[in-house]
Amino acid sequence: MTERRAHPYIPNSVPRVKAEMLAEIGARDVDELYGDIPESLRFRGKMDIPGPIASESLLKKHVEGILAKNTSCEEATSFLGAGCYNHYVPVICDEINRRSEFITAYAGEPYEDFGRFQVLWEYESLMAELLDMDICNVPTYDWFQAASTSLRMSGRYTGRGKALLAANISPDRLKAIRNYCQPVLMIETVAFDPKTGLMELADLQAKLSSDVAAVYFENPGYLGFLETQGQRIADLAHAAGALLVVGADPNSLGVLTPPSQYGADLVCGDIQTLGNHMSFGGGMGGFIATRDEEKLVMEYPSRLFGISTTEVPGEYGFGDVAYDRTSFAHREKGKEFIGTAAALHGITACVYLALMGPVGMQELGVHLLQKAQYLAKKLSAIKGVRAPGLESPFYKEFVVDFNGTGRTVAEINGALLEHRIFGGKDLSKDFPVLGQSALYCVTELVSQEEIDRFVTVLNDIVGGK
Amino acid sequence: MSTKRSFKVRTNFHQAKWDEELIFELHKPGERGFVVAPVEKGIEAEVGNGLSALPAHMIRQKAPDLPEVGQMRVVKHFMRLSQENLGGDLNIDIGQGTCTMKYNPKINDVLASNPKLARLHPLQDERTVQGALEVLYSLDLYMREISGMDRFSFQPASGSGAILNMVSIIQAYHRDRGEAETRDEIITTIFSHPSDAAAAAVKGYKVITLMQNEDGLPTVEDLRKVVGPRTAGLLITNPEDTGIFNPHIAEFVRLVQEAGGLCGYDQANVNGLMGITRAKEAGFDMCFFNLHKTFGTPHGCGGPAGGALGVTKALQDFMPVPLVEFDGRTYSLNENVSKSIGKTRSFYGTVQVALKAYAWVRALGAEGLREVSEIAVLNNNYVLEKIKKIRGASAPYARGRRRIEQVRYSWEQLHQDTGVTTEDIALRMADYGMHLWSSHHPFIVPQPFTIEPTESYSKEELDEYVAVLTKISEEAYTEPETVKTAPHRSVCRKIDHHDFDDPAKWAITWRLYKRKHLAKNP
Repeated sequence: MTERRAHPYIPNSVPRVKAEMLAEIGARDVDELYGDIPESLRFRGKMDIPGPIASESLLKKHVEGILAKNTSCEEATSFLGAGCYNHYVPVICDEINRRSEFITAYAGEPYEDFGRFQVLWEYESLMAELLDMDICNVPTYDWFQAASTSLRMSGRYTGRGKALLAANISPDRLKAIRNYCQPVLMIETVAFDPKTGLMELADLQAKLSSDVAAVYFENPGYLGFLETQGQRIADLAHAAGALLVVGADPNSLGVLTPPSQYGADLVCGDIQTLGNHMSFGGGMGGFIATRDEEKLVMEYPSRLFGISTTEVPGEYGFGDVAYDRTSFAHREKGKEFIGTAAALHGITACVYLALMGPVGMQELGVHLLQKAQYLAKKLSAIKGVRAPGLESPFYKEFVVDFNGTGRTVAEINGALLEHRIFGGKDLSKDFPVLGQSALYCVTELVSQEEIDRFVTVLNDIVGGK
Repeated sequence: MSTKRSFKVRTNFHQAKWDEELIFELHKPGERGFVVAPVEKGIEAEVGNGLSALPAHMIRQKAPDLPEVGQMRVVKHFMRLSQENLGGDLNIDIGQGTCTMKYNPKINDVLASNPKLARLHPLQDERTVQGALEVLYSLDLYMREISGMDRFSFQPASGSGAILNMVSIIQAYHRDRGEAETRDEIITTIFSHPSDAAAAAVKGYKVITLMQNEDGLPTVEDLRKVVGPRTAGLLITNPEDTGIFNPHIAEFVRLVQEAGGLCGYDQANVNGLMGITRAKEAGFDMCFFNLHKTFGTPHGCGGPAGGALGVTKALQDFMPVPLVEFDGRTYSLNENVSKSIGKTRSFYGTVQVALKAYAWVRALGAEGLREVSEIAVLNNNYVLEKIKKIRGASAPYARGRRRIEQVRYSWEQLHQDTGVTTEDIALRMADYGMHLWSSHHPFIVPQPFTIEPTESYSKEELDEYVAVLTKISEEAYTEPETVKTAPHRSVCRKIDHHDFDDPAKWAITWRLYKRKHLAKNP
């Protein structure tokens, strides 16, 4: 007897089982179960999708064959950053986030999915310490979403309809913020000094008014520099009755002053840099942090997990804080919307911070400062290259000005690629004021040897060989 | 061997309970879990300690109050917490209806963690990412086949993100035609996902929600009353959470389009319909699929997820950027989409999730996808017939009719008879190693619960789940206290929820817990 075998993913496709089940429910065939679908809506064609690769070994070979066409940062020297970063991921982060219990779970209650509640509560808590703020949410999609929601929260909190954004934030992020905040917030940009990257305080002052809900800048800025006027910007914003929202890279906060200490009311950013792989930009996760003020907390659209007690003395329990805020509770009357976002990236960041502790975060920050400064110093020794291109202190990335070389960034990056070096992000299109400049980033995964080799290669390229 | 496989109710189940500390309680000064590599000596010699280049006020003065814990203890902590999580591999997870909790093939996790993807930077030269782009482009082609739409983007990070994209496209479309001001209403239905209403409100729309009739469906008559020159669009699920297919869906679409609106099909869950019926046949302008539902990618405790957004040719110019193009030889990213809504998520979406979906589709092929749907529907109707026989349970609406991929049931009769609620039963399910969800709010169906068997579970597993529901129903009628005081064999007992809604007591973080609770009771 050769009975047709089921696909490994579809046990009940065994013909005998299928027949048995149909008989049990009194149906002739499966088509009868679709009786409510009018014939005019039935698709009677054949989907043009290649045949099954039911064998795991063949599927693996097929997909790996496609992936082989990629060259990853593991096989090259990469100086790319600009919102996604090639940091080292401790193996324990992957060990935990690949645990079947976490990766396959979804929306259980603490009674069966206790673990995810505790880990995500610990994630909120560790982030709060890192950011020196009272509250952090369960992750949203990414920094784009976190910044957009932070601004909308500010709008609702103040009852105002405008936000002032530093003009040199990530251009893509600005696009997303504009789309998301429309129609409740008018988005206006504040000029920056092209020499330093810093916000033009006179322009800020001129644009602040009683209809401004929030002032937003990023620190480190998208262009890598540190915005050193944080407290003055905060004071100006607060004097006008606006909130200060700061976007920050959490992995800088072992060494950099957290924005709450210079007046930020809301801090947002991305947790990709806390143990999450880049995955071609897929590894993002957004955070929003605030102080514990009821009026502000009630404006979060996100899940906020809290700790509590149970019937058993000494036993911890967890659950949703102020669930009534959410669109899960009240559809369009809730705050913005909530759904599946990036919980597993939050779990990973939790593991990362637990491993790193205060010393690890400081070591990381110092490492990145030193390495970036070294790279800048070496680059600035090349004729025609100016690094940093902005005259401000920086963290792990900075602008490199190639205007003096007579070569375009595109040409330079093309030549670098032949040496398996990924040059920094070309800024010439997004920031024409900087001319032929690129955004260079180093992480702990780029060695001194690689930097030195890169500098030699670059020297040849811009020197015309 | 026997051709029959038996099943049993796991009355001796007990979930792992470790009484695990909070990570902060494990703090021991001097311990550490990880050492960051110091920079090379040559670097240190050139630039010094790195900090001296910063102005003093930019240097953090007090280190963050993170716990210091040795590596093995950190591992143990999270291993224990993982054991206190049930997850889909252990659970017969059909009780989380609407969410399509199916098998997530292990191979796909392995493929997505390949460094050739995991360590790919999104801004690399296109020549170095041809494989990643090929995956996205091919998946687009497959999605077109499943939906009949003309173009897909995988930028939305989730279903709600895809809804936001649809609403943004609706708005941009009307703005382009000079009608953005006058068209300020979006119509949806009460059994569509809350985000269909909420994301529309985010974009400033007045939301009109159609209620269900005695068959559980929105009606054409009700639609006629609200559709008109102010209609910007329709966002609708079909089948809705009830699993009843709306046979008049094409009429809904036609009416809205005739009034000048666009129609977006919320197909977060398309698990019962692949190869059966498509967005195209019903006339929709857009649709989206959740990769983490139908397409077998894991839910990760709530993401990362993926939304596949599809549109007709007429709306292609409004899509989020970039789009992946292919000229027959080379794949590329196209940022020049003339009327694009811009970006709604960084870079190109959750590409690692898209890769898993790609592998899942390839593992099944066209016929396999159709078989997924057919068996999911068969399993659902099989479970429906069994649950209808459970004392106190019912399947409201459309009596005597078949359902597609899920059913919203009710424990109303059981509640009236015994006082036991859906929530009580859900907690009791945990004692058998299972999960039961109620439904989205508002609870239109009283004492609701929603079951979606998918194609993944064997007949015996479906029987086991139903047997547990049956057993708990019996318990409710004979020993209701057992159910009302559940869980008994889970990680924790009933949680006190009062603190969660009290601003003076809520403790969203360790520092708030210390401030509000520990300081008072040292």
